[in-house]
Amino acid sequence: MSRSVWKGPFVESYVLKKAEEARASGRKDVIKIWSRRSTILPQFVGLNFGVYNGHKFIPVLVSEDMVGHKFGEFSPTRTYYSHTADRSAKRI
Amino acid sequence: MARIAGVNIPTSKKVSIGLTYIHGIGQQTATDICERASIEKDKRVNELLETEIIKIREIIDNNYRVEGELRREVSTNIKRLMDLGNYRGLRHRRGLPVRGQRTHTNARTRKGPTKTIAGKKK
Repeated sequence: MSRSVWKGPFVESYVLKKAEEARASGRKDVIKIWSRRSTILPQFVGLNFGVYNGHKFIPVLVSEDMVGHKFGEFSPTRTYYSHTADRSAKRI
Repeated sequence: MARIAGVNIPTSKKVSIGLTYIHGIGQQTATDICERASIEKDKRVNELLETEIIKIREIIDNNYRVEGELRREVSTNIKRLMDLGNYRGLRHRRGLPVRGQRTHTNARTRKGPTKTIAGKKK
C-alpha cells in the first residue's frame, strides 16, 4: 500500500539539513548520507549524494527523473555475480 | 468478421470474451465496454450490428489504451527504470525478477529455460 498523501514524503531531517547547507554554500562536494529510506525531493536535483550501502558511499548525482524514488534504490547492497565461463563478466 | 482496434478479429465468441483478444482488455474491461455500449454481453460477435461495432470502437478509442500504444507505454516505463540506474532498472537489465522474489530456485519466467551447468555434482 502506498503512503498517505497527507503525511507528505518521508525524508530524514538530517538529510534535508545537509542538502540545504550544500545549496546555500558552494555545493559540489558529496553529501554523505546513511538514510537509504529517504525520498528524493525536487530540491535535491543537481546535488551529489553519497549513499551508504553498508560498505561504501555510492555517488548518486540526483537527476529530475529520480524525484519520488528512495535513495537506497540507487545504491545496490549486493555484489552481482555471474559465471565468466558461460558469459563474459557483466557488472554494471 | 469484425476488426476492432487494429488487427484483432475475434470470431464467433461472445462479445465479452471476444474483446479480450485485444491486448489491454480483460474480462472486466470487456464487460464494462458492453455495458457502456448497451450490448448484451452474451451476444455473439458475428451477431453484432455494424452500428454496435462502431460504438465499441469509439468507446475503446476514447477511453482505453490498447495494443501498440499500451505496449509502447509499458516499454518506455521499463526503459525509464533502466536508464535511471536504480535497483528495479538493474533487475530488468539482467532479466531477473524485479519485485524481490527468490532466485535460488524458480524465477524461470524471467530467467528463461534452465541452463544446465556441466560437471555439477548431484
